[in-house]
Amino acid sequence: MLGFFTGYAPASTTETVDNVMLFIVAISVVLLIGVTATMIFFVFKYHRKKGHKPVDIHGNLLLEVIWIGIPTILVLAMFYYGYLGFSQIRYIPEDAFQINVTARMWSWDFNYPNGKKTDSLYIPVGKPIKLIMESADVNHSLFIPAFRIKEDVIAGRTTYLSFAAQVEGRYDIACAEYCGLKHSMMYTAVIVMDEKNFEKWYNDSEDISETQEEVAMAKFEIPSINLLQEKGCMTCHTIDGSEKLAPSFKGIVGTKRIVLTDGVEREVIVDEEYIRRSILYPNADIVKGFAFGMMPTQTYNLNEEELDKVVESIMSIN
Amino acid sequence: MADGNAHVAAKSFYEEGTTKKSTGITSWLFSTDHKRIGLMYLVTITAFFFVGALFGVLMRLELMAPGETIMGAQEYNTLFTLHGVIMIFLFIIPGIPAIFGNFFLPLQLGAKDVAFPRLNLLSYWIYLIGSVLVILSLFMQGGPIDTGWTFYVPYSVRTTTSVSLPLFAAFVLGFSSILTGLNFIVTIHRMRAPGMNFFRMPLFGWSIYATAWIQVIATPVVGITILLVIIERSFGVGIFDPALGGDPILFQHLFWIYSHPAVYIMILPAMGVVSEIIPTFSRRTIFGYTPIAMSSLAIAFVGYLVWAHHMFTSGMSDTSRVIFSLLTYIVALPSGVKVFNWVATMYKGSIDPKPPFLWVMSFVFLFSIGGLTGLVLGSITADIHVHDTYFVVSHFHYVMFGGTGTIVFAALYYWFPKMFGKMYNIKWANINALFYIIAFNVLYFPKFIMGYQGMPRRYYDYLPEFADLQMLSTIGSWIMFATLVSIFLNLYLAIKKGKKAHNNPWGGVTLEWQTSSPPPLLNFDREITVNHEPYDFSQLKELDYESK
Repeated sequence: MLGFFTGYAPASTTETVDNVMLFIVAISVVLLIGVTATMIFFVFKYHRKKGHKPVDIHGNLLLEVIWIGIPTILVLAMFYYGYLGFSQIRYIPEDAFQINVTARMWSWDFNYPNGKKTDSLYIPVGKPIKLIMESADVNHSLFIPAFRIKEDVIAGRTTYLSFAAQVEGRYDIACAEYCGLKHSMMYTAVIVMDEKNFEKWYNDSEDISETQEEVAMAKFEIPSINLLQEKGCMTCHTIDGSEKLAPSFKGIVGTKRIVLTDGVEREVIVDEEYIRRSILYPNADIVKGFAFGMMPTQTYNLNEEELDKVVESIMSIN
Repeated sequence: MADGNAHVAAKSFYEEGTTKKSTGITSWLFSTDHKRIGLMYLVTITAFFFVGALFGVLMRLELMAPGETIMGAQEYNTLFTLHGVIMIFLFIIPGIPAIFGNFFLPLQLGAKDVAFPRLNLLSYWIYLIGSVLVILSLFMQGGPIDTGWTFYVPYSVRTTTSVSLPLFAAFVLGFSSILTGLNFIVTIHRMRAPGMNFFRMPLFGWSIYATAWIQVIATPVVGITILLVIIERSFGVGIFDPALGGDPILFQHLFWIYSHPAVYIMILPAMGVVSEIIPTFSRRTIFGYTPIAMSSLAIAFVGYLVWAHHMFTSGMSDTSRVIFSLLTYIVALPSGVKVFNWVATMYKGSIDPKPPFLWVMSFVFLFSIGGLTGLVLGSITADIHVHDTYFVVSHFHYVMFGGTGTIVFAALYYWFPKMFGKMYNIKWANINALFYIIAFNVLYFPKFIMGYQGMPRRYYDYLPEFADLQMLSTIGSWIMFATLVSIFLNLYLAIKKGKKAHNNPWGGVTLEWQTSSPPPLLNFDREITVNHEPYDFSQLKELDYESK
C-alpha cells in the first residue's frame, strides 16, 4: 500500500514529498466531497415537481469573493509547502558524496571518484549523495520511487539529483523518460549499505562486475561475449544475425557492406580497422538502413586494453 | 421570438442544401452549410475516436499481465503513440468546436451561417487531408511512429520509424484548427442577431470565443516547432539534437508553449456546454454569468504562462520551476469559479435530471478529481515524484476524457434531437451514464495508486507488484468499451427509427430551441431580434416546448 500512511521512509526525501502530497490530497478530498455532495443534495431537494417554482438568482458578489478568496489562500499554501519541500530536496550539503552517472539506451553506468564503475548504485546509509548525470544518447530520467525523486538525464546537458538514504536495503531505479524499445526494462537498483560495508566494498579493488549478484544479467557461455554485454553493446547489437536496431556481429569479418560516409554511399569490407573505427567514431560510417546518431562514441567507455578485447570478441563471433 | 413555432415548418437542411443536388455524397462534401459541416466532423471524429479507443483497449490487453501478452515492445510503443496522436489531434482538439461549435454557434447567435462558410468547408477538407496523412504514415518505410505524441527530441530525430509524415500531418491539422478559430472569432463579432450584445450571448459562445483565440495564437508555435524537427531530421541541421549542436530543452519549451494552451482548447468548449445544460434542466438562470464568461478569458490568458510545469524534472533552472509552479496554481482558480457557479445554478432550481444533466453531473465529479489531482502535479515537490508516472496518465484522462469526453456525450444527448429531429431511448441513455461512471473509475483510478507507487508511464512491461491493479484497470477498459458501443448504438438506432422529437424537448430558451428540428437551411424562418438575457426562463410560457 501507499508508504505514506505507514511512516516508512527509506530516504530523507520520502517524508518531504509524502507530507506535501498528504496536505494537498486532504484539502482536495474535502473540496471534492463538498462539491459532489452539494450537487447531489440540490438535485434531490430541488427535483422538478408541480407547484414548485424555480427562483432566478443572477449571482452574489459576496459568494464570488469567497470562492475566489478561499481557494486563492489554499493554493498559495500548497505552492508554499511545495516550494519549501523543493528547497530541501534541491539543497546539496557541502560534504555530499559525488557519483557520476551516465545513462544510455538502456542501461546505467555509475562512476565513483576512485575510478570504480558499476551498473548498480552502491551508497552508504545516512551520507548525502549527489548524482551528476549525463546521457550518452537520448533523454532518460533517473527515478527512485522509494525515495520519491527523479530528475531527467538530458542529452548534451548535465543535471543533478541529491538525497540521503536512511534505511539500508535495495530499492529500484527506473527510467521515467521514454527512450525507445527497451525503456521499460531500463531498471537497476540502489543498494544502501552501512558505512563499514560500504567502505569495504568501495576500497575493494576486485572486479566489481563479478560481485554483482543482485543485478540479473544474462551470462553467455563464451566469456568474451560477457564483456560485450557489460559494456552495453548487446542492448542493440546481436550475435545471432537478427538486425533490429543495429547490424549484427555474427560473421561480419570479410563481408562487404554499403555505408554512408558524410552522406555519400560507398562500399567497405569489414576488417579489424573498420570495427575499431566504428567503435570509436560510430557515426563516421553508417551502414545503409540504420540511423545516424544512434550509437555514442565508446572512447570514454573503453580503455586501450578493453578496446582490443572488444574488437577481438566481435571478430570471433561466427 | 415567441411565435416561432406557429409557422408551418420549412424544409429542413437535410432536404435543402447549398449544392445543386440536396442528397448524395457530394451534397455533403461540397456543402458550405455549417450544419452539414458539423455533421461531417461528427462522423469523421467519431470514427477516429473509436480507432483511438480500440488502440487503448489493445494497450490495456497487453498490460493485463506482466511479460508479453499479445504484442511485442515495438508494437506497444507504436500503439501508445498512435493512441495519443489520434485522440489528441484528431478527436479532442477539433472535437467540440468542430462538431457542436459549427452546428450550434450560428444557431445560438441567431445567424444564418458562420462568417466565412467556404473557409469553413476548407477547414474540414484540411482536417480530412491531415487525417489521411496520419493513416498513410502507418505504411511508410521504417514502420509507424514510436516517439510518443510529445515527439521529444533527440529520440524523435534518431528513431528509424516514420516520424516526418505524422509530424507533417499534425502541421496540416493545425491549419484546420487555426482557420476554424478565425472563423468563429469573426462570426461572434459580426454575426450576432440584432439586440444580442456580448453579455446576452449564451456562455457556449463565450467559451468558443476564448478557445478560438488560443487556436489562432498558439497553434502557429507548434507548426513552426514541427517544421524545425522535420528540417533537423531531413537535412541534419542542429536545432534540438545536441549531437548536431542543438538543445533538447528548447524543443520541450516550444512544444509546451502550444501544447499546454492546447489543453484549454480541449476543455474550454466543454465548460461552455456545461453552462448551457445546467440552466436548461434546472429551468432557472445561470448563477454568475459574468464570472463564468470572464473565467473563460482568464483561463485562455493565464493558460499561456504555465507551460513549463510539464518540465519540472527536465533540468531547467530551479528558479523557473518555482515561478511556473506559482503560475500553475493561479490558473486553477478560474476553473474553480466555474464549478462553484455551476453548482450554485442548481440552487432553488426546478431540476429534471434527464440524460444530458446526468452526464453533466458525471462531468462535475470526474473533472473535479482531474482538476484537484492537478494541484498535486502543480506542486514542485510532489511532481518530482509523480511526474512521468501513471499518476499523470490518470490525471490527464480524468481531465480530458472525464472532462471533455464526458461532455461530448452530454452535448450529443442534449442537442441530438435538434440535429436529427429524432429522440433516443432515454432509459437506455440513463443506464449508460451509470455504467460509464463505474467503468471510468475502475479503468483510471487504479492508475493514481500505481503512479504514486512508482509505476512509470509508457512502459511495455512492469514489475510484478503492479499486476493486480493493472488487471483491474484492464477490466475497466472492457466495461468502458462496451459502454461506448452501447451509447452509439442507442443514438444510431434513434437516427434510423427513433420517435420524432419535439422542437424543444427540454424546455430550453436559447435560440437554437426556437426553430424547427432539424433546422431549415438558413436556420430560422424569420428575422431574429433579441431582447432577453440568454437564460431568461420567463419567456418559456410564450414558447412552444414539451412540457412533460
